[in-house]
Amino acid sequence: MARRWTNDLTHDDVTPRPLWLNRRQIMAGMGGAAALAATGAPAMAQGLEPNTLEQISTYNNYYEFGVGKEDPAAYASALDIDPWTIRVDGMVDRPGEYALADLLSGLQSEERIYRFRCVEAWSMVVPWNGVELADVLDKIGVQSGARYVAFETVVQPENMPGVRSRVIPFPYVEGLRLDEARHPLTLLATGIYGQPMPKQNGAPIRLVVPWKYGFKSIKSIVRITLTDRQPPTTWNRLNSREYGFYSNVNPEVDHPRWSQASERRIGGGLFARRQDTLMFNGYGDEVASLYAGMDLRENY
Amino acid sequence: MALAQRINRAQRVLPAWPIYLIGFGWMGWLFWLGLNGDLGPEPINALERRYGLLALQLLVATLVITPLRTWTNISLIKYRRALGLMAFAFLMGHFLVWALLDLQSLSRIGVEIVRRPYITIGFAAFVLLIPLAVTSNNASIRRLGAMGWRKLHKLTYPAILLGAVHFVWLVKGYPLEPFLYLGAVIALLAIRLVPKRRPAMRAPAGAVTR
Repeated sequence: MARRWTNDLTHDDVTPRPLWLNRRQIMAGMGGAAALAATGAPAMAQGLEPNTLEQISTYNNYYEFGVGKEDPAAYASALDIDPWTIRVDGMVDRPGEYALADLLSGLQSEERIYRFRCVEAWSMVVPWNGVELADVLDKIGVQSGARYVAFETVVQPENMPGVRSRVIPFPYVEGLRLDEARHPLTLLATGIYGQPMPKQNGAPIRLVVPWKYGFKSIKSIVRITLTDRQPPTTWNRLNSREYGFYSNVNPEVDHPRWSQASERRIGGGLFARRQDTLMFNGYGDEVASLYAGMDLRENY
Repeated sequence: MALAQRINRAQRVLPAWPIYLIGFGWMGWLFWLGLNGDLGPEPINALERRYGLLALQLLVATLVITPLRTWTNISLIKYRRALGLMAFAFLMGHFLVWALLDLQSLSRIGVEIVRRPYITIGFAAFVLLIPLAVTSNNASIRRLGAMGWRKLHKLTYPAILLGAVHFVWLVKGYPLEPFLYLGAVIALLAIRLVPKRRPAMRAPAGAVTR
């Protein structure tokens, strides 16, 4: 990728801190309407009003902590993230065990407001902080034969009730094609709303690939491997008919058990309307070229 | 059997109507929680699941009553109609939340019922239970006759089985909970096939048996 991703949204577009801290209380108070009017107009115009931190951090899929959406918020506090080392191996020039701070040092930090679309047909808008994965790849030095990047989530059985009950095989693993990994939209996120990543959202560092279903955006990464063959991915291994390697957001290709044509934005309450799902989750202009000539029905 | 006698004595004085009161109260309370944002940030899915699970739990409860009487002489049959009707009410709630709040369009509802097998069987269970809910009253028992009514209400067996399979089918991965329900339903259906006592003596050869 020759170009870097340039944000047309800045932190000013993000819901102001007093609002996301406790939007409900503020809305109940006197200044609610005025404060709300002050939120970033450009973000709202794009349908990108971010969800509140409370919503983002209380409705999660992180099966290591249980299958319920509220389980990660309830149990993830036990996750031990200090110290955090990431094993870098495979076809790289500088393999090794990297302390998190060392891996990120010197890299340009980014603020990105992305749509986040779960394969279960709900969605959020999340203001992430992090670095471009491409910058990390440059740092570790990708060898010429490498074609894929594989990721692995931490396993701490004593801290993770879901790991003990083995609802899916652990460690959770994911992967990207190298050009997807190098795409400027692809982020290694370390925070939300300028705050350190909540543990239930995948602290201290997680992948964010906004044009793919959420399960591709693997949490709490402890291993990054460069390889020349397509790495196994957890949900694909569990049920390949339902979850492909690519798992790009695609309203025209249904999950066998539910439609992907529409989605519900979290936070709309009991009478929230469904909205149409966008091809590549609305990032088609940026990423469609990665899949030129590919049959996206075959490569779902 | 002192315990059984005490329970049977108690059920003579304890009426069934509070089951409706508690059931509908609970149903309304859950809806109220959803309305006020107390079911989490995604109340539609939460309410759908809560209603569906309560329907399944109540259906399992209705299945317990006959074996309980057969094997322990505890008779709670007085409460079975209320439990069954409340199960249907929660199932109706489950269906309505799914149809009106979740899918929000008739064409989507039709497509989903036809195209998604786990929804097809869940919907089939719901349809099977409609005639049972309609005939859960004394007038219908009189009109159908005890035998006919009992025969009709055997539809609960396939309906509950479909409901439990629906639950197993809709989850991702292999969580334990839905399999426990399916196991309980299968066990409760299987126990009905076990004769309570073996005949004390073999029928003499050639004797006519029913």
